[in-house]
Amino acid sequence: MPESISRKEVKHVASLAKLALSDEEELMYTDQLAAILDHARDIMALDTAKFAPTAHPLELNNVFRSDVEKASLDRDEVLSQAPASQDGRFVVPRILGEAP
Amino acid sequence: MTASTIGMSAFEIATLVRSKQVSAAEVTHEHLALVKARDGDLNSFLQISEEAALASAKAVDEMIAKGEDPGALAGVPIALKDNLVTRGISTTCASQILKAWKPPYDATVILKARAAGAVALGKTNLDEFAMGSSTENSSFGPTRNPYDLGRVPGGSSGGSAAAVAAKFAPIALGSDTGGSIRQPAALCGIVGVKPTYGLVSRYGLIAFASSLDQIGPFARNVKDAALLLQVIAGHDRMDSTSLGGPVPDLLSDIENGVEGLRIGVIEELIDGVSPMVGTALDSAANSLSAQGAQVEHLSVPAVKYGLSAYYLIAPAEASSNLARYDGVRYGLRVEGQDMNETYVASRTKGFGPEVKRRIMLGTFALSSGYYDAYYGRAQRVRTMIIDSFRKAYESFDVLLSPTSPTTAFELGAKAADPLSMYLSDVCTIPTNLAGHPAISVPYGEGENEMPIGVQILAPALGEANMFKVARALERGAPLIAKKLFWE
Repeated sequence: MPESISRKEVKHVASLAKLALSDEEELMYTDQLAAILDHARDIMALDTAKFAPTAHPLELNNVFRSDVEKASLDRDEVLSQAPASQDGRFVVPRILGEAP
Repeated sequence: MTASTIGMSAFEIATLVRSKQVSAAEVTHEHLALVKARDGDLNSFLQISEEAALASAKAVDEMIAKGEDPGALAGVPIALKDNLVTRGISTTCASQILKAWKPPYDATVILKARAAGAVALGKTNLDEFAMGSSTENSSFGPTRNPYDLGRVPGGSSGGSAAAVAAKFAPIALGSDTGGSIRQPAALCGIVGVKPTYGLVSRYGLIAFASSLDQIGPFARNVKDAALLLQVIAGHDRMDSTSLGGPVPDLLSDIENGVEGLRIGVIEELIDGVSPMVGTALDSAANSLSAQGAQVEHLSVPAVKYGLSAYYLIAPAEASSNLARYDGVRYGLRVEGQDMNETYVASRTKGFGPEVKRRIMLGTFALSSGYYDAYYGRAQRVRTMIIDSFRKAYESFDVLLSPTSPTTAFELGAKAADPLSMYLSDVCTIPTNLAGHPAISVPYGEGENEMPIGVQILAPALGEANMFKVARALERGAPLIAKKLFWE
């Protein structure tokens, strides 16, 4: 059984989730997430080997629809809600650093 | 107009409108006036869309003038949880990250309700991204319980539940991922339904946990809830998880009683409920038995593990779904030096504490080294719960339990302790994990004279039996004597 969660792990998952935490938040979330994970220990003791994992309540089969052309969302209406757009495209800050 | 339509059922209003005894415009004006006068104390609406509502009402009245039938919900005011997207009308999810967003399309349920003649009054408050059980996690302030303004309405669909209970609208739509329709319905003394997974299209429902989320109705009586579900159910090509096949008829048999039906009371969900909730459940079981049902207690052992499985699975799915809020295509952007800084700054400013908590919990449960121990195991427990229900439904038609272990608690009582808040979902969660339907029916008053809800659970697509039992329960239920805050 794994240990529940350390402050270092909280920092790590926050960075994976693209969230910045203050020192106080790191401590608060470490305590709260540990309490929630400790509660989940009741299922750690169960013998679940004979149960296959369920990802979804329905037995879904892939359905291929016929390839029919139809209207999609209006581009101008969509772009009107973007933080920044230009020439029919989303504008984003620089992705790569300056060339050395 | 002769009598006030405030407090009337959806059926009554639609009948009056269709027979020209009252106009949709009059009904709309009357309900909007009540909302504007009284919602300041309740905060059930985040936004009233008066202009759109009056335009919808006018369209209904014009159809009637031309001799056309606007549909089963002709002129009926409806409130919409603000995680259902509405074209050109801001949709916030009660989050700062979507504060200014005007969606470019309408949710399928909204198109269906409108096509049946319903008039949307506005968007209702919720826990941010539907994550919570009290509506205190809204970034626009909490909604209050219309029977006691010092108490919570439940959540996450607390705004819709409070609005219907307060008679601001006879019906509303919410979403239920772990109890977010049924628990607030119970705490506000109204009816709330979580349909079979896939019965209602999720197109236009902002995703929280996609394998659990389902849209459903709120109403002040069982028949109105069945009517609204009948209107919104059905296959939708825009949602690949929506079920094909015919929609079950929910209304024809609803008055037929429970004679001969086998009803099981789930023992594991009675443990730890408040004394008056326990007494109400006994009384509900006796009432159904007196009406001819065979009522017995049974054990559904795996349901006691529902809470732990849910609070790993739902956050895991949420952490993935909420990755889309990156400040690029819509919603809040807080500009940084580069793209990565922009992601971090936008998400850190835009999400509230509970949303961050669940994103981190889910990210952790899915992370390398912990996936099998947490997420993988929770998925196996989910199968165990489905199996446990399958066995129960070999001997019973429907199952009975409390909806919530307690009546409405005070604002702030659980806000500092997330786990204690999560425990209020213990009776509702197993249904979502199984993909089954369930309904909460008001059953008198409990602690602090606040409403109690009794939950009826059914197997997948067992809605017709579920509503029949709910209607029988409603017939024998003690009334809520307590007055609404404005009465």
